[in-house]
Amino acid sequence: MNTDNLIGVAYLIATLLFIIGLKRFNSPATARSGNFLSSAGMFIAIIATLYDQKIINYQTIAIGIVIGSVIGALMSRTIRMTAMPQLVAIFNGLGGGASSIVAASEFTRLYTKSSIEPAVSFSIMFGTLIGLVTLSGSVVAFLKLQGILRGQPITFPLQKSVSTVLFIVILAAIVYLIQSSFMPLYLALVIACLLLGLLLVIPIGGADMPVVISLLNSYSGIAAAAAGFILGNVMLIVAGALVGAAGIILTQIMIKAMNRSLANVMFGAFGASDQSITADISSNSKPIRQTTAQDAAVMLAYARSAIFVPGYGLAVSQAQHQLKELGTLMDQRGVSVKYAIHPVAGRMPGHMNVLLAEAEVSYDKLFDLEQINDEFSNTDVVLVIGANDVVNPDARDNSTSPLYGMPILEVDLAQQVLVLKRSLNPGFAGIDNELFYKSNTSMLFGDAKASLGTLIEEIKQA
Amino acid sequence: MIENTLLTQIFIFVLAASAGFELITKVPPTLHTPLMSSANAVSGITLLGAILVAGQLGGITATILGLFAVILSTINVVGGFMVTDRMLGMFRKDRRKQE
Repeated sequence: MNTDNLIGVAYLIATLLFIIGLKRFNSPATARSGNFLSSAGMFIAIIATLYDQKIINYQTIAIGIVIGSVIGALMSRTIRMTAMPQLVAIFNGLGGGASSIVAASEFTRLYTKSSIEPAVSFSIMFGTLIGLVTLSGSVVAFLKLQGILRGQPITFPLQKSVSTVLFIVILAAIVYLIQSSFMPLYLALVIACLLLGLLLVIPIGGADMPVVISLLNSYSGIAAAAAGFILGNVMLIVAGALVGAAGIILTQIMIKAMNRSLANVMFGAFGASDQSITADISSNSKPIRQTTAQDAAVMLAYARSAIFVPGYGLAVSQAQHQLKELGTLMDQRGVSVKYAIHPVAGRMPGHMNVLLAEAEVSYDKLFDLEQINDEFSNTDVVLVIGANDVVNPDARDNSTSPLYGMPILEVDLAQQVLVLKRSLNPGFAGIDNELFYKSNTSMLFGDAKASLGTLIEEIKQA
Repeated sequence: MIENTLLTQIFIFVLAASAGFELITKVPPTLHTPLMSSANAVSGITLLGAILVAGQLGGITATILGLFAVILSTINVVGGFMVTDRMLGMFRKDRRKQE
């Protein structure tokens, strides 16, 4: 067998490993081995590629791989679990960036030759576009998640028109570049694509980040597939397509969980500070019931059943370990404790599950929306920790609410609801929450971590 | 028999995407974050493209671009798989129930 065939066989084995690896993600018990199989597939694919006859310069490759491995290993070891959305955003961006560089360097290599195949030329332009949009979009998402840019939607007049015009200009430039390679125009295209990614993500609010990250994940896969079409490399096409599909499915799940359309998430600037709503809250005189840690502890300690509902606030105050301690303590007193996780709680799909896994909460105590919604009416106490929009009864009852139609965790049906919250400020979407004014709701204000700590002490004494 | 290479490639893309849709639909929500970061590491497959670009002799610009692409995608691959492994190592069932 010649080298090309051997590489082909290696790619086939790698493809199978990727598919089996993804399949093993259908259960938490097998997922870790699935991830290992995928990484083995990647290793085989890399080694096989090094045997490609076109490769002469091994030095550059070796330097790049060593530097990249050290940085990657350090990042993955030192990152805090609460910062996982930022890390995934950055990794998405790096993948997209690398794919666009592959496209760009193929362009610089080929453009002097009079005829690039139209299909290759199109793939180069498409790879450049999607790779760079992924890169700059992910950087903006990272800056928002890290709190360097503010999480609320950032908008300016004519934003949508500017983005639309830019997109049309980009398409025109691509059409021109496919017919005749012209370096200055290509460089202009690069800048325009980076700008487009920035414009697309900057108006999207923090609460919509699960959708954005899923979408960028998909883009990074499609960019890799585009690089595959450029180089005629089947392995890139297959793996890119798998990731692209994964990202699209996750995007769909997130959008469904918010009862929104993709267009609404992308261009709706959801949660942009609406003056009328903000004013309404500040002049609000509806009564709320504030409670003390002591009373709240009694409520929790003597309940028969309790459901914990964590939200982004749990991640912000890094209170997952305290929550687990409270759960264990109540469990020991004979209280049945479950956790209810909304699909869009937090800043990325499954964000809460990872935090609770870190705190060693058994995953069979975590329940989805559909699994647990019927149980709230038979539950003594619901403890809401830093969740807001996903428990807002207006989404079910008030057809004028911007949240109307979004599936929520129906915590207000429980006997008692205890809400841990920093202050009465509205959630990311800037929408007032009817839950806080219900007669069976008590509010305990303060940092979630501190409040949980006090509750734990009180229950120990109860 | 399909002779056209481009068409074959599109065939492969469509089939792989379909397989992806089927596989991912069955992933439980609790694994969405590790799934995403593992899939993310797989999208670092573009490292193969980066290797091909960096390994060819094509002037200083191409070499620098290639080196850059290799570094970025290696971070993506190594960091992605390692952090996923770290996350999945934390997922566990209640021991009492297993016994």
